[in-house]
Amino acid sequence: MKHHLPLPLPKGASLPALILLGMSLSVVLGPLLFPSSYDLPGALTYSPPTLAHPCGTDLNGRDLLLRILNGGRISLLVGICGATISLLIGTTYGLIAGSARGSIDNSMMRVVDVLYSVPRLIFILIFINAFNERLQVAANNHGWEWLVGSSRLVILILSLGVIEWLTMARIVRGQTLTLRERSYVAAARVLGEGYWTILWRHLLPNLAGIVLVYLTLAIPSVIIDEAFLSFLGLGVQAPQSSWGSLLAEGAASINPLKGAWWMLLFPSIVLLTTLLALYSVGDSLRRSIGAKNR
Amino acid sequence: MLRRLASLPVVLLCVVTITFFLIRLSPGGPFDSERKLPAAIEQQLLSKYKLDGPIIRQYTSYLGDLIHGDLRLSTKYRNRSVNEILAQTLPVTLTLGATALLIAITAGVWLGAFAASRPGCLAEGGALAVTLLSISLPSFVLGPLLILLFSIKLAWLPVGGWGTPQQLLLPAVTLAIPYAAVIARLLHDSLRETLAEDFVRTARAKGLSEYAVVYRHALRVAILPVVSYLGPLAANLLTGSIVVETIFHIPGAGGFFVNSILNRDGFLLGGVVIVYCLLLMLFNLLVDLSYRFLDRRIQG
Repeated sequence: MKHHLPLPLPKGASLPALILLGMSLSVVLGPLLFPSSYDLPGALTYSPPTLAHPCGTDLNGRDLLLRILNGGRISLLVGICGATISLLIGTTYGLIAGSARGSIDNSMMRVVDVLYSVPRLIFILIFINAFNERLQVAANNHGWEWLVGSSRLVILILSLGVIEWLTMARIVRGQTLTLRERSYVAAARVLGEGYWTILWRHLLPNLAGIVLVYLTLAIPSVIIDEAFLSFLGLGVQAPQSSWGSLLAEGAASINPLKGAWWMLLFPSIVLLTTLLALYSVGDSLRRSIGAKNR
Repeated sequence: MLRRLASLPVVLLCVVTITFFLIRLSPGGPFDSERKLPAAIEQQLLSKYKLDGPIIRQYTSYLGDLIHGDLRLSTKYRNRSVNEILAQTLPVTLTLGATALLIAITAGVWLGAFAASRPGCLAEGGALAVTLLSISLPSFVLGPLLILLFSIKLAWLPVGGWGTPQQLLLPAVTLAIPYAAVIARLLHDSLRETLAEDFVRTARAKGLSEYAVVYRHALRVAILPVVSYLGPLAANLLTGSIVVETIFHIPGAGGFFVNSILNRDGFLLGGVVIVYCLLLMLFNLLVDLSYRFLDRRIQG
């Protein structure tokens, strides 16, 4: 049973996939269509949705739709990069554990179990805030201009990649355990192929399908983690904004006296739609290759 | 089982060590501010809070204090000990977490069983769609939206605060919903598998009612993946309660946690993390025990 990526997409995945495509395109290209004044503080503060500002404006009179699109660039970037890092770590870890078997496998999986039940996000929070300044100092000393402004983002992506690899490791390990008993692997061993050759040429290609499926499920998890941190004001920080920090602003601007509901509603809808689309694509891919929930 | 019990102090020691060095080795001290303090005063402060001397000495003395159950003083909330702060805030967080846990399990199990006992039916598809929607509704999206709807537009429930059951309802539901959905999906998948097994066919052949088959026979086996999910669930709930406490202005440990990061309040931060981890590990031990009790097939 080879796990190829099922193409064409399984039934029920094409609509969410289209939504995702549209979302990515508008996030990447959309901001280019706006007049530059829309991103600057303006006189029209806290305006409800109008024709000129379809999602209203924020506290400083900036156009909310443009801010949502710009925030989406950050959120999706963090999600994709973070999930890719988690994929690399999880696949390597799972491959090693699954192909080593025995006591190495046992202790490696024990570590995964412990990490599952520790509040990892809390450690990451401390880590990000402890090392951001350090990284900035290092960037300044080495003259890495690009890193100075986005050190927080870089460290955020790295750390989120480091916490979401557990599920991937479990899945890959389980899959490796069954794959390594296949006759073609046994044949390769008999032919005298080395450990790494077998891993690289026989196991990895057959894991690609299931790994890609779990990648689509890891992206929304990383996006949620990032939004969680940014919501608390401990993730992406001004002048950059992500969907999480926009939601925090939205949550702060609803009160009985002056309910700027659009500040909360539109970022919520966009985040919800994206997460829902990602989860449904991932879920139907997962079902179509017959993998279990965890 | 004994091995797990023995590994508990090791993991806890790792947690303490990582937390301590993450905090102490990051640049900037707890007394840095706009105005530089005179050196003598700073020295006195550092020695009062046991932050002077070589880092290894600080670490060992901190470990010594921890063994005696002393989480030290907070460097921000002067003259209040971390023990005191936690004694006030932890019950709040735990009440919220326990309520959410209860809601998540009850709602999740019910919805999962509901969906799985109607295979191929519109109700199953509908229930699964609801769970997918709920998983995509993290608490920081759901919470403010619920406030907007129930507290501001309808004015049925208070917007926040702590003390009355009405004030507990909205935050607990906010915290529970995504995890209820995860439980429902887990249970649905495992119940579908269990319902195809032989002992279920036997139970049906005996003429038992569908209710008895699903709830009294199949559920007992199918619940196991849910039980093993309880450990990670508790960790997620504790993490999630940080954001829910912020949204609903609940005076729990989560708010102190966020502030202690911003204020570089090392011992408070360490105290919260250590107590959280200790609680989670004890909870995991309980889950393990109950798992063994539920599933007699596991020996040892």
